[in-house]
Amino acid sequence: VRRALGIGAWALAVAAGLVVFLLLPHLVSDFHSRDLAGAGVFFIAIVGLNLLTGYTGQISLGHGALMAIGAYTTAALVVHEHWRDVWTIPLAGLAAGIVGFIIGIPALRLSGLYLALATFGFAVSMPSLIKKFPGLTGGSQGLSFFESAPQQITGLTGKVTIFGHTMTQAHFLYYLTWSIGIVGFALAWLIVRGGLGRVFRSVRDSEVAAVSSGVNLAATKTLAFALSGVYAGVAGSLLAIQGNIVSPLSFTFRLSILILVGAVVGGLGSLPGLVLGALFVQYLPTISTHVSTRSGVPDFIYGAAIILAMILLPTGAGGLLRRAARPLTTWLYTRP
Amino acid sequence: MVLAFDWTQLAQQTVIGLSSGGLWALLALALVLIYRSTGVVNFAQGEMAMFSTFIAWSLIHHGLSYWEAFFLTLAISFVGGVALERVVIRPVERAPVLTVVIVTLGLFFLVDGAARWFWSSETRTLPNAFSTRPINVAGVAFSIQDLGNIAVSLGVVALLFVLFQFTKLGLALRAAAANPEESRLLGIRVSWMLALGWGLAAAMGAVSGMLTAPALASFDQNLMQPILLYAFAGAVLGGISSPFGAVIGTMMLGVFVNLIGTYVDWIGTDLRLPVALAVILGVLLVRPAGLFGRASVRRV
Repeated sequence: VRRALGIGAWALAVAAGLVVFLLLPHLVSDFHSRDLAGAGVFFIAIVGLNLLTGYTGQISLGHGALMAIGAYTTAALVVHEHWRDVWTIPLAGLAAGIVGFIIGIPALRLSGLYLALATFGFAVSMPSLIKKFPGLTGGSQGLSFFESAPQQITGLTGKVTIFGHTMTQAHFLYYLTWSIGIVGFALAWLIVRGGLGRVFRSVRDSEVAAVSSGVNLAATKTLAFALSGVYAGVAGSLLAIQGNIVSPLSFTFRLSILILVGAVVGGLGSLPGLVLGALFVQYLPTISTHVSTRSGVPDFIYGAAIILAMILLPTGAGGLLRRAARPLTTWLYTRP
Repeated sequence: MVLAFDWTQLAQQTVIGLSSGGLWALLALALVLIYRSTGVVNFAQGEMAMFSTFIAWSLIHHGLSYWEAFFLTLAISFVGGVALERVVIRPVERAPVLTVVIVTLGLFFLVDGAARWFWSSETRTLPNAFSTRPINVAGVAFSIQDLGNIAVSLGVVALLFVLFQFTKLGLALRAAAANPEESRLLGIRVSWMLALGWGLAAAMGAVSGMLTAPALASFDQNLMQPILLYAFAGAVLGGISSPFGAVIGTMMLGVFVNLIGTYVDWIGTDLRLPVALAVILGVLLVRPAGLFGRASVRRV
């Protein structure tokens, strides 16, 4: 009976989550729907980074650059090849996945600190690399969908019709981003629960023990990087679609750190808390303007929040949720 | 194709490279100091140096001369570094490396945000520490500023060497980093040694920042971000566990980056960093411990 209750509690939580997902944009203005869509972009990137850092133990300070790969793949296809914006998402994911795989190769020999340096360098170099190929990327101006290929922007006229439902562009972007986010989350959950997730965790906890047990270290690490890259690429592509523009300034080192911050606040090595991590990263600048409008205050609060989170809550919001739910779960899973 | 090769220019560019490499070396030494005692790289080191530079700017703005402000800032930075260690790093002293790295990234944002908060983000200038008048050596004109920077960097390195090698405090600092458990048994206050290390690192970063800023036309809160990366890269190149290696590594990197930026047109100024990083990655793949570092062997 308790087992059935446990499954029931899970199903209830999932159903509640889906109801919130469906109804939320109808309760807030279009402006806030767009903000929520922005949080969805962070959510997808954070889930991807968590697979790599939280479950496989490989630090990456370069996920902003992988997002840039996804965003520029989308932008180049829309502006140069006149593709419809939403159809570029899979290719953007693929491109970033391949780049992620390539970064994973030096990661086989570099661990910890050196990996941090390599990915840090990748993130810092990305804006100047983008500017070096103006023919493809538009240089420091960036690429604007609106100027070059307005007919490829979904919902430019303000209305989008899908399966007979007509909705505003803001709602469309919200549903598009969070649907992909939910699918990506479910996939990540399946991966983490399955055999591959166990392999990932074994690499994180002890490489030597993992190898002795027959884990192929090279394949595992590059796979984790590639998977994580796919998530980052999709997130970058959605960022480009939401903004209708890409520019090197959007993909600085800051972005990489923001994704890491979201993963840490949400909880490395756990999944449910990541929604909170994404909301934290998206809304903190808005909230901090209530404290003071001087520049620097958001960064100051980000920094303080990261440090406090690491000192007080090393497992992030996810760990807090788990601890709060422990009385319930122990009751459900102990045999009377 | 015959390259128009000019020995004068080569000598000048090498000295300029050594000058910037020397300033990076100070920050690299700060990174190494903390790395040896705690096993993490302090990502906030550059921002702390930038903050110190802004303190120096304020002091000069209030009427102090450059060198008065210089030494006062050193003292303030030392105290600030010790305080940061006590407040922020102490609680995670025994936590996994990833946790401490993330805390230093948090510190990066915190210090950067504080500097933007206290001092608005307009650009500003620092007076020159040395005369910019060129002097002629064997027909090649060098700027006194470049030579002065090299001299100060080497002087700080030498002072640090004396501190660590010939004083009791230096011995305690090295012991605390090498073997915390036994040092504790011998009565060394290991935790305070870490804090002292942070103070020293902050002071070295301050020197680096205060000498870097005058050479630029103007600076803002992004002052030390590229320098942190060069210092990090140079330290890793030389071997991050070896202070000597870190100094040599960053000096080499300074010369290399400056020469490649000068002689290879396509690279220019904006691709120096990516190219430097690619080279370092190549070196690391062949020698993972860096040029002068010792590979650490771990029993499992």
